[in-house]
Amino acid sequence: MTDLDLGVIATALPYLWKGFAYTLELTVTAALGGIFFGTLLALARLSGTRPLALAAAGYVNLMRSVPLVLVIFWFYFLVPLILQGITGAERPPAVGAERTAIVTFILFEAAYFCEIVRAGIQSVPRGQVHAAHALGLGYAQTMRLVVLPQAFRNMLPVLLTQTIVLFQDTSLVYVISATDFVGAAAKVAQRDSRLVEMYLFVALVYLAICLLLSQLVRRLQRRAAVVR
Amino acid sequence: MAMIEMRGVSKWFGDFRVLDGCTTRVEKGDVVVVCGPSGSGKSTLIKTVNGLEPFQEGEVRVDGVSVAARGTDLTRLRSRVGMVFQHFELFPHLTVLRNLTLAQERVLRRSRAEADAKALALLERVGLRDQAAKHPGQLSGGQQQRVAIARALSMDPVVMLFDEPTSALDPEMVSEVLDVMVGLAREGMTMMVVTHEMGFARQVASRVIFMDQGRIVEDVAKDAFFGAPQERSPRAQQFLSKVLAH
Ligand SMILES: Nc1ncnc2c1ncn2[C@@H]1O[C@H](COP(=O)(O)OP(=O)(O)O)[C@@H](O)[C@H]1O
Ligand SMILES: [Mg+2]
Repeated sequence: MTDLDLGVIATALPYLWKGFAYTLELTVTAALGGIFFGTLLALARLSGTRPLALAAAGYVNLMRSVPLVLVIFWFYFLVPLILQGITGAERPPAVGAERTAIVTFILFEAAYFCEIVRAGIQSVPRGQVHAAHALGLGYAQTMRLVVLPQAFRNMLPVLLTQTIVLFQDTSLVYVISATDFVGAAAKVAQRDSRLVEMYLFVALVYLAICLLLSQLVRRLQRRAAVVR
Repeated sequence: MAMIEMRGVSKWFGDFRVLDGCTTRVEKGDVVVVCGPSGSGKSTLIKTVNGLEPFQEGEVRVDGVSVAARGTDLTRLRSRVGMVFQHFELFPHLTVLRNLTLAQERVLRRSRAEADAKALALLERVGLRDQAAKHPGQLSGGQQQRVAIARALSMDPVVMLFDEPTSALDPEMVSEVLDVMVGLAREGMTMMVVTHEMGFARQVASRVIFMDQGRIVEDVAKDAFFGAPQERSPRAQQFLSKVLAH
C-alpha cells in the first residue's frame, strides 16, 4: 500500500465502463419507471376510492419502512418464482441479477417518487381543478393537462435530488453480484490487489457526477423561484 | 322556462349547514346579483349550479337539466355554464391563447383552427388580442380576469357564473372588468354574479339575492332592493349600509 499505480485504472477502463454504463442504465430506468409508477400510486392515494387509496398507501409505507438491501434480496429470489407462476413454466426462469435489479429499483423507487408526486399534486391550488372542471374537462384530462404539468414543474428539483440518491443507492446491487460500476471496480480491485486506486477512482467519479447534478438542482430551484 | 331553477337546496359540511333550503329562479336573460356577508354561502350556492359543489337535499336545474341526477352528462352541462373565479384561475403553464382553446378542443372537439379563431375574436372583444402569446403571469390582475371571462365565453355558454370577480383586483382595475360584464349583461347573457359592487347591481341587475347564514333572506327586484330599504330585513339593511358606505 505504498505508491499509487494509476496505470491499473487505465487498463481496466473498458471493463469499468461496462459497469458504469449499467449503473447509468439502472439509474435512468429506475428514475423514469419510478416516476411513472409513482405517479400512478400518487393518483391512487389521492383518489376518492378508499380501497384503492388504502392499498396504495400500504404499498408505499411497506416499501419505505424496509431497507433497500432486503428488498433487493427478496426480489432476487421472488421475481423468478413470480414469473414462473405467471408463465406456468416448469422451472423458475433465469432472469439474471441485472434485470432483477432494474425491476426491484423501479418498484422500490416508485414508493419514494409517489410521495414526491403526491406533494407536487397537492401544491397545485384547488381552484385550478375547479376551473378545469368548470370548463367541462374530466378527471383524467384535468390531471394530464392542468394539474400534473404544474405539479412536475414545481417538483423538478426534488425529483432530481431523489434521482441523485437513487444513483448512489444503485451500488447496493453488489449484494446480488450484479456488475455495476462499483461491482466492476471491486472485481478489478480484488484481481489486481489494487483496492486503494480503484475505490479512490470510483469515489471521485461519484463525487463529480453528484456535484454536477446538485449544481443543476440549485439552478432549477433559482429559476423556479423567479417564475413564481 | 327558467334558465336556472333551485328548489330547497341544502348542503352540510359535517354538522355545519352551509346552504339552508335555498330556492330561486333565474330566467333567460336575467342578471341576478348575489350578495351577503362573508361565509354566508354565496360561493357554495353558485357552485351548485355547475355541479362543483355537490349538495345533499333539493334540486338544481340548468336549462331543464337536473345537475344532481344520475343520468346527467355533467361534462356537457358544465361546458354550457361559464364560470369566472375570484382568483382568475387561469392555467399558468399555458399561453393566454391556449387557455382559451384547451377546452374548446378537448371538450367541444373543435379543430385547432376553429378554436384559435374563436379565441382571438374573444380576446379582441375584451381588448387583449395582442397579449395572446403571453403567459398569464405576465398580465395585470385586470387583464387576467378579462382573459378568464373570454375563456369562459369560448365555450359558448348559455349561463355565466361570477364569484366575486373584482374583489381580488387593485381598485384601478375593477372598472375594466365590470365594463366587460356590463357589456355581456346588455347583450342578454343570463348571469349569476356574486359581488359587492352595488354600482354594477344598480346598473344591470334584474334581481338581487341577499344571503345570510346559508339562507336566501331576500330575493327581490333591483328597484325594490335599492329603492325601498326600509322594507328589507334588518340583516340586509345592516349589510347595505356597510357596503354603500364606501
Ligand atoms: N370544504 C369546506 N369544508 C368545510 N366548510 C366549508 C368548506 N367550504 C366552505 N366552508 C364553509 O362554508 C361557509 C360558506 O362558505 P362560502 O360559500 O365560501 O361563503 P361566501 O362565498 O359567502 O363567503 C363558510 O363558513 C365556510 O367556512
Ligand atoms: Mg365566496
